[in-house]
Amino acid sequence: MSNLWTRKHLLGMAGLSREEINTLLDTAVSLREVNRREIKKVPTLRGKTVINLFFENSTRTRTSFELAGKRMSADVVNMSVASSSVKKGETLLDTLANLQAMNPDVVVIRHPESGVLEFLANNLNAALVNAGDGRHEHPTQGLLDLLTIQDHLPLLDRDSFAGLVVAICGDVLHSRVARSNALGLKTLGAEVRFVGPSTLMPSQAEEAFGVTVHHRLEEGLAGAHVVMMLRLQNERMNSPYLPSVREYAEFWGLTRNRLRLADPKAIVMHPGPINRGVELSSEVADDPDCSVILEQVANGLAVRMAVLYLLCGAGVRR
Amino acid sequence: MSTPSGAETIFIRGGRVIDPAHGRDETADLLLVDGVIQAVGRLEFTAPCRIIEAEGLVVAPGLVDMHVHLREPGQEYKEDIASGTRAAAAGGVTSVACMPNTQPVADDLSVIGYIQERARQTGVVRVFPVGAITKGLQGQVLTEMGLLQRAGCVAFSDDGRPVSDSAVMRKALEYARMFDALLIQHAEEPSLSGNGCMHEGVVSTRLGLAGIPSAAESVMVDRDIRLVALTGGRYHVAHVSTREAVEAVRRARQERLPVSCEVTPHHFSLTDEAVIGYDTDAKMSPPLRGGVDRQAVLDGLAQGVITVIATDHAPHDEENKRVEFCRAANGVIGLETMLPVTLELVRDGVMSLSACLAAMSYHPARLLGIPHGTLAVGAAADVVLFDPEESWTVDARQMRSKSKNSCFHGRRVKGRVKQTIVGGRIVYTDEGR
Repeated sequence: MSNLWTRKHLLGMAGLSREEINTLLDTAVSLREVNRREIKKVPTLRGKTVINLFFENSTRTRTSFELAGKRMSADVVNMSVASSSVKKGETLLDTLANLQAMNPDVVVIRHPESGVLEFLANNLNAALVNAGDGRHEHPTQGLLDLLTIQDHLPLLDRDSFAGLVVAICGDVLHSRVARSNALGLKTLGAEVRFVGPSTLMPSQAEEAFGVTVHHRLEEGLAGAHVVMMLRLQNERMNSPYLPSVREYAEFWGLTRNRLRLADPKAIVMHPGPINRGVELSSEVADDPDCSVILEQVANGLAVRMAVLYLLCGAGVRR
Repeated sequence: MSTPSGAETIFIRGGRVIDPAHGRDETADLLLVDGVIQAVGRLEFTAPCRIIEAEGLVVAPGLVDMHVHLREPGQEYKEDIASGTRAAAAGGVTSVACMPNTQPVADDLSVIGYIQERARQTGVVRVFPVGAITKGLQGQVLTEMGLLQRAGCVAFSDDGRPVSDSAVMRKALEYARMFDALLIQHAEEPSLSGNGCMHEGVVSTRLGLAGIPSAAESVMVDRDIRLVALTGGRYHVAHVSTREAVEAVRRARQERLPVSCEVTPHHFSLTDEAVIGYDTDAKMSPPLRGGVDRQAVLDGLAQGVITVIATDHAPHDEENKRVEFCRAANGVIGLETMLPVTLELVRDGVMSLSACLAAMSYHPARLLGIPHGTLAVGAAADVVLFDPEESWTVDARQMRSKSKNSCFHGRRVKGRVKQTIVGGRIVYTDEGR
C-alpha cells in the first residue's frame, strides 16, 4: 500500500491523486495503533531528524508534529520565528539553506505567506512538509479531516466519499483549512459547499474549487452529512469584513437548532481553537453525538506520523 | 565618411521599408547622411559609404518606448542609463521615455539635468525624461511643470503610484493643460488594491494570494476621465490591463476627450495563470489579468482604442525577486522582448505589421511631442532593421539589461533585431547568437 508514495514533499492537497490520499490515510490508520499502546514509541524513524520551523504562532499543530516524530523515535527540533535569525534581516532562503546544511530528513514549515513552501521547494533539497502557508494550504489538516470523516462513513450509512455532502462554513477567504479540505474532498468524490458571508468568500470560488457557494447558513446546512466550522479570527471583527461578533454569531454561528437542518446523523468538525459562542455554540461543540472535534486532534497525530514516515523514505525509493 | 558625431553615411539597400506615418510599406532603399534621413525609395547611390544589405529584413523607424524605468539615479545596481539604453538598442528601441521614480525623484530641474547629462555621457539611444506630477511622488504638491517641460520633460507621471487625491489630479490636469503637457497616470485605487499581489480571480483564490480586483484600475480611470472632461487636460493611462478600463478609454475617445492609453506586451500576451507556481517574474503592477481582460486589450489594440505599446521595463535585482511571492518587487524587464512578442499580434491576426510598428514608434512619439518614430526625409536617422521570420528562444541571462527579471524567459519567439541606428550611428548589431 505505502509503496504508492513517491513524492519528496507534501506541499498541499492540490495535485494529490486519490491513490496518494488513500496511501496517506491507510498509513495513518496502521500507525494509529501506536498511540494507544502503553509504550507509545516505535523505532521506525530512529536516526532521522525532523525540524519544525514555525514562522507563525501555533501550539497544537507544532505539538502534533513534534509528538508524531518522537513517537517514531525521530530527533525533533523546534524552531520558532522569535528565536530565529529572520528578525536579524536574514532572508528566508538563507535561513533554510543553513538548516539544510545540517542535513535534516524533513523540515516542517508554517509561514504566514501563501506559496512560501513552493518557493522553498524550488530552491532547496530538503524534504518539506507544509504545516500551513498563509491562506493557501494546510494539507495535514485536510488529511486528518478526511481520516475523521472516513472513520464516520459507516455511521453515516455510506461506503465511500462519493455523494457525501460537506458544508465548510465561516471565513473561507482567509482559510487554508477550507482550501485543503475542498481539494481533498473533491478528489475523493464528495460534494463541497462553501458557506459564509460574502465579504469572507474568495473570488470565483465555484470555478476555482468546483464547490457551491452559499451565503445563508441554513441553505448551506440543508441535508449536509458533515458540517465543518472554521475559526473566525478576532481581527476580522470591527473591520470592513464584519460589523460585530453579535451579528456574525446570529447569522453564521452553528447552534443545535440550526444543526437540525443538516442530515440527522451529521457530524460537526472544527480545526480549533474554537471561539465558543461565535462560530460554534458550546451545546454543539460538547455534544458527543455529533461533535468529532477531539477525534480530529487524535487523527492529526496519526496523519502526521504517516506523513513523516512516508517522506522519510518508507515508500518507493526515489 | 563619418562626421564628428559618429554619424556615417549609410545606404540601406533593398529592405521592406515600413513607415506607418506615411503609409509606406514597399521594397525600397534608405539613405542616411549626417544623422538625417536623406532619401527613401529606389535610389541610385554610388558615393563611398557603408552599405547594409537589407533584403529579407524589415526597415522601420526606430522604436519609441514611452514607459521605461532606467533606475538612474539611485538604483544603479538594478539598471543604469548605460545598461538600460543598451538593452533598448538591442530591442530596436531608439528613444525611451524614462519614469521619474528614481532616487531622488525626478521632480526637479537638477535631477532632470543629471539624467540628461548621464544620457549624453553613457547612453546609446535617445533618453527623454518624464517628470513627476507631484513633488516626491507624494501626491500633494505639483512640480514645476513649466520649467521641467522647458528643460526637456516630455510628459509627467507619478508612475509606480497613482495621483490618488481627486482634487490634486484635477489641479494637475488644469495646470498641465496650460503647457499642453501630457499626464501619464498609473491608475490604481490604492484602497482597493490593498495588500493584493496578483489579479483577483480564480487563480488568486486557488493560490491563496490576496487579489487586486479589476475595479482598482477602472475606478480610477473612470474618475480621471470625468476630470479630463472637466479640465481639458491631456491624459494617458499607463499599462492598461482591464476590460473596464479599455471600455472607459473607448467611450472617452468617442467623446473626443484628449485620452489615450498604452498596453504592455506582457499584459496582451499573458494572463494570471503565469503566476501559478508563485513565479515572481510574473509579479507586476498592474498584475497580469484574466483571459477576459487579455482579450479586451487585444480587441482594444485591434480597434485602435489602445494606440501605444510600451514595455514598463522595470528592472529588479535577484535579491528583490528571489524571495517569497508577497515580498517580491513588482515589475519585469521588457525592452529586449518588445518587438518579437508584439510580432505575435501580426501572426495571430490582431493587427497588421504596420499598425504594430505605429504603436511602438509613431503614436508614442506624437503623444510625447518628439520628432521621431518616422522615416520622413529630413527626420533624424533612427532606424531598426529586423528579420521578421527568425526564430529564437528568449534567454534572460543573455540580455543587456543588468536585471534578468523577464516573464518571457524560455519563450520561443519570432523576429530578431539585426541592426539599430540612432542619428545615423549604428548602436547595435546582432552577432547571431
